[in-house]
Amino acid sequence: MPKPFVFEKPAGMRDKLPLFFQASEQIKQQLLNKISVWGYQMVQTPTLEYFDTVGEASAISDQQLFKLLDMEGSTLVLRPDMTAPIARVVSSSMKQVAYPLRLSYSAPVFRAQQREGGRPAEFEQVGVELIGDGTLSAEAEVLALMSDVLKETGIQRFTITIGHIGFVQELFIEILGNAERAEELRRFLFEKNYVGYANFVKNMPLSSIDSARLLKLLECRGGEDALLKAMELAGTEKAKKAVSDLMQLKKILGDYGAEETVNFDFTLLSHMSYYTGIVFEGYAAGIGSPIAGGGRYDDLLSRFERSAPAIGFAVRLDYVMEAIGQMPDTSSRTCILYSGERREEALRIAAEKRSSGTPAVTQDITGVENVDTFTNRFTDVIYLIGKTQGEETK
Amino acid sequence: MTAVLTVAMPKGRIFEEAADMLREAGYPLPPEFEDNRKLIVEAPEAGMRFILAKPMDVPVYVEQGVADVGIAGKDVMIEEERDVYEVLDLKISTCYLAVAGLPGGIKDKVAPKVATKYPEAASKYFREQGEQVEVIKLNGSIELAPLIGLADRIVDIVSSGRTLKENGLVEYEKIMDITSRLIVNPASYRLYSDTIHTLVERLRKVTDSKEAAR
Repeated sequence: MPKPFVFEKPAGMRDKLPLFFQASEQIKQQLLNKISVWGYQMVQTPTLEYFDTVGEASAISDQQLFKLLDMEGSTLVLRPDMTAPIARVVSSSMKQVAYPLRLSYSAPVFRAQQREGGRPAEFEQVGVELIGDGTLSAEAEVLALMSDVLKETGIQRFTITIGHIGFVQELFIEILGNAERAEELRRFLFEKNYVGYANFVKNMPLSSIDSARLLKLLECRGGEDALLKAMELAGTEKAKKAVSDLMQLKKILGDYGAEETVNFDFTLLSHMSYYTGIVFEGYAAGIGSPIAGGGRYDDLLSRFERSAPAIGFAVRLDYVMEAIGQMPDTSSRTCILYSGERREEALRIAAEKRSSGTPAVTQDITGVENVDTFTNRFTDVIYLIGKTQGEETK
Repeated sequence: MTAVLTVAMPKGRIFEEAADMLREAGYPLPPEFEDNRKLIVEAPEAGMRFILAKPMDVPVYVEQGVADVGIAGKDVMIEEERDVYEVLDLKISTCYLAVAGLPGGIKDKVAPKVATKYPEAASKYFREQGEQVEVIKLNGSIELAPLIGLADRIVDIVSSGRTLKENGLVEYEKIMDITSRLIVNPASYRLYSDTIHTLVERLRKVTDSKEAAR
């Protein structure tokens, strides 16, 4: 293996330079403010977790986990998502705090990338978890909040698509009879391969009614009509309940004024295998991958021995920044360029500016090689040079 | 909402069939479409903009979202494993992926080598067969490999079988059938859902009527 160049970073790792960092922090703060006025409280969890606890529960595929060993030889992972760590916190340190819990976070997560270096292996997520509330009201709240948060980014055109893993699973089991075949079929939807799905269904020894039902699933998308179509397909009480729940959910979203931004698609399956009920993704024009996503995960908490229904979403800050595009540098920065004789004056002026909240840089002129290229970076330059009194402003 | 769709078209083999198909589906494409050397062709009447790419690159453009939809062979889809929706089998450019080699079978049983343009698909196939082979990636003229002794077998797409025959090679096993697929970017699929589903339905009608006529 070749030795890396001194300036190289591991695949998928990125630097944030000042201008981008500032813009991204500003957006992040806006999103967090929005989340906090909905009453969600921030938590922070460690970057490293045990593979056997959070790593296993996280449902990010094994080869995407960054693993290392601690001093005792236990396998650790860099957290690949925030939901599993929060489930761990809720079941341990916060065990005494009664449900429902509204928690939020903003943190980088880590997922190793096998394909070319284009995709980031570390990226920031801003999200919430609403734990211990199994109602539709909780689902609607989380969806409405996600819609509110995406609006807050200023992204012009975005949409949220809602699917229901529970419904799909119920339909497949009912028609196919066993979990293995259902899994095979689910795999096609997960891989977004409708052609393969249709071929698989056509080659199965099924009654023409059942095979038509499975094919119809591909058409269950859109607004109200998607739900009506799905209702026709539902064969079991559980499946019917899933659809009527979604109808109710749509109504509650209407009360939030958020139904404009959502639509339904029953073929939507998220890669996070812990989801049990609704799943959803948010898309923005021009960004190829979902900028946000989430769902209901009613089984995850029981892995941490504090069983509870739960729902949450995460927004990918890097994709949000991409969707917003280049941000102009609007911050004003003053530079006070001084020579030794007038240092005291320079420092006094700088202190005044700083105390009023204006960023001020003090720079000894003898420390600068090229004054012009240096001062170009500032919106305002004050020269305090030589023995003469009075200042010159650029 | 009607949006101008950006369509990634593969240059070469599939191109003309795909263009004909779009016309049959009722999308008026400019007459000079086929003999154009431009890489970006506007077709405002069809509500489309075309980018002409190498077949292997079509799924990349679509995954990245610079193209909303694209037309790609199943061979490319298997090789590239991109995160895109595969919504419709266009049933054009029909061919298949096969293992071929010199008549008389496999000589080198110690360290068998397989030359191919599709290393992912080939490795997967031989892994499934439980056979241990070394896969060598080539970018074209795959038939050369067994002739010159680089590999004793090749994995390549076969449409008429003429290229194999002309080079004195025979087909050993068929791996899978290949047709062209309509692929869609996941975000575009949701954001321009109406426009894209109209396209899918119109193309589906064309493929279905062709199927019925066959």
